[in-house]
Amino acid sequence: MLTPLVVDFPFEWNYIRSIIYVSLYVSLTAVALSTLFSLPIALFVGFKDFRGKTLVTSIINTGMGFPSVVVGLVVLFAVSNQGPLGSFDLVFTTEAMIMSQFVLAAPVITGVSLAAVSSVEQNVRDAAYAMGGTKLDVAFVTIKEARYGIATAVLAGFGRAISEVGSVLIVGGNIASSDGTSVTRTITTAIQLEARQGRFETAMLLGAVLVVLVLLVNAIVVRLGSDDGGYR
Amino acid sequence: MSIQRRQFMTAAAGAAGIGLAGCLSDDDRGGTPDINGETLTLTTTTSTYATGLLDELNAPFEDRYGVSVDAVPEGTGAALEHARNGDADVVMVHARTLEDEFLEAGYGVNRRDLMFNDFVIVGESDDPAGIASEDDATAAFEEIADTESTFVSRGDNSGTHTKEREIWDEAGLSDDGFGEWYLDGGGGMGETLNTANMEGAYTLADRGTFLDMREEIDLEIHVEGPVEGGPELLRNPYGIVAVNPAVHENVNYDLAMAYIGYVTSLEGQEIIEEYRSNDEQLFFPEALSEDSNFQQYVPEGWESDSDG
Repeated sequence: MLTPLVVDFPFEWNYIRSIIYVSLYVSLTAVALSTLFSLPIALFVGFKDFRGKTLVTSIINTGMGFPSVVVGLVVLFAVSNQGPLGSFDLVFTTEAMIMSQFVLAAPVITGVSLAAVSSVEQNVRDAAYAMGGTKLDVAFVTIKEARYGIATAVLAGFGRAISEVGSVLIVGGNIASSDGTSVTRTITTAIQLEARQGRFETAMLLGAVLVVLVLLVNAIVVRLGSDDGGYR
Repeated sequence: MSIQRRQFMTAAAGAAGIGLAGCLSDDDRGGTPDINGETLTLTTTTSTYATGLLDELNAPFEDRYGVSVDAVPEGTGAALEHARNGDADVVMVHARTLEDEFLEAGYGVNRRDLMFNDFVIVGESDDPAGIASEDDATAAFEEIADTESTFVSRGDNSGTHTKEREIWDEAGLSDDGFGEWYLDGGGGMGETLNTANMEGAYTLADRGTFLDMREEIDLEIHVEGPVEGGPELLRNPYGIVAVNPAVHENVNYDLAMAYIGYVTSLEGQEIIEEYRSNDEQLFFPEALSEDSNFQQYVPEGWESDSDG
């Protein structure tokens, strides 16, 4: 049973390269947008005391567990020709896939960042403020203090985005062109396609590609987020 | 401390740059179809796609017209539902009853017969229900039910599932007649064949997907379809329908009709005729005929004078 692992790689290089490209493009864009959206929310909710704060926190935490197929269905409804965003013609596009992964990743990034930001001690923020820092400076100091937690949040969001199959399959349609270039096919939907045809060995190979990719992205983020260029 | 802050900002800028670069390069790619031509969205069944026929068929069309065909592989039910919502330009499916509903509701226009193959009843080689001697699909299904042999259904409103229910209907069984021996696979043809393989069960499969997967599974054909002289009931005709531009004005009707013209042309039909997987012919062209065939354009049994 192990022999398939040593035979020739059963895919065209162009096919593999293009599904990796689509996977990374969709997930990295979704995570970048989610981070831009989530960090200010995490900082705001983390610092401010306001009525309904517990409610907001529980909504964020609930969002971390949204089933991806449900998100896919909701986004499909929104972008379908009959839906509110129908005129933009987004069905079966990478943009629609980015939308659904944004919805999936944002609560994870917000929730984990919120926990990280909340754990930065009040006296650190007070000190920054006492040293004459503006509100923006205080926010930067907090982000810097909480950077490991925030990096973890971004990685968790990325992990959620790149590994999910339910929503990208529904809104993306798993399309590859006739010359084998992926249009909306990601590694996960390609795995699904192989597995449902009983080609488990090739599905496993793609799974290995996905794991390596996630490892690489993690390594890069950890390296960027650490002080001296290595993991502390 | 300030150095650390700068490093962090550099990292953040780098991350933003990666995201931005992704956006830009995709804009470039996304722009190409608008320049060179348009995109045709074809929702179709897993069987045409997974067997590799569509890639073979679409490449010359894309070259000639300078367009791209986005083929979305789904079950027949899902393919038609996308077309109902105006999210597809053309559908290629294999369940005449569902196609007829689609036409009658006004969503589809200009249906053509495209090609056919057949369904086969497959199961373990030792054949516990003893259906191998049957040349009648209905009798074979009755035997499976009588002996309560495990049967895996697609259960996904696909063309194959529609045919399966048609045969159960003829055998006089409906949902409440099924016992624990009847498993709802809820997946594509490949998944269902895998489940049947693991459960040692029977299932109804389209010949194309079965031949394509024969290497991976231990199932055998027990009842042949009409391609190998079996009953007509197991015939599996594929049709192609354009989405009605009067219902969904956003659909690319011109290109859909060009595509229908191409796949039903001498060239398109020849590609279907000559397509081989594991040295076996999977699909048989059906669009070309010297005689008139008006039934392909209208729901089955439709007559202009009748009240239907």
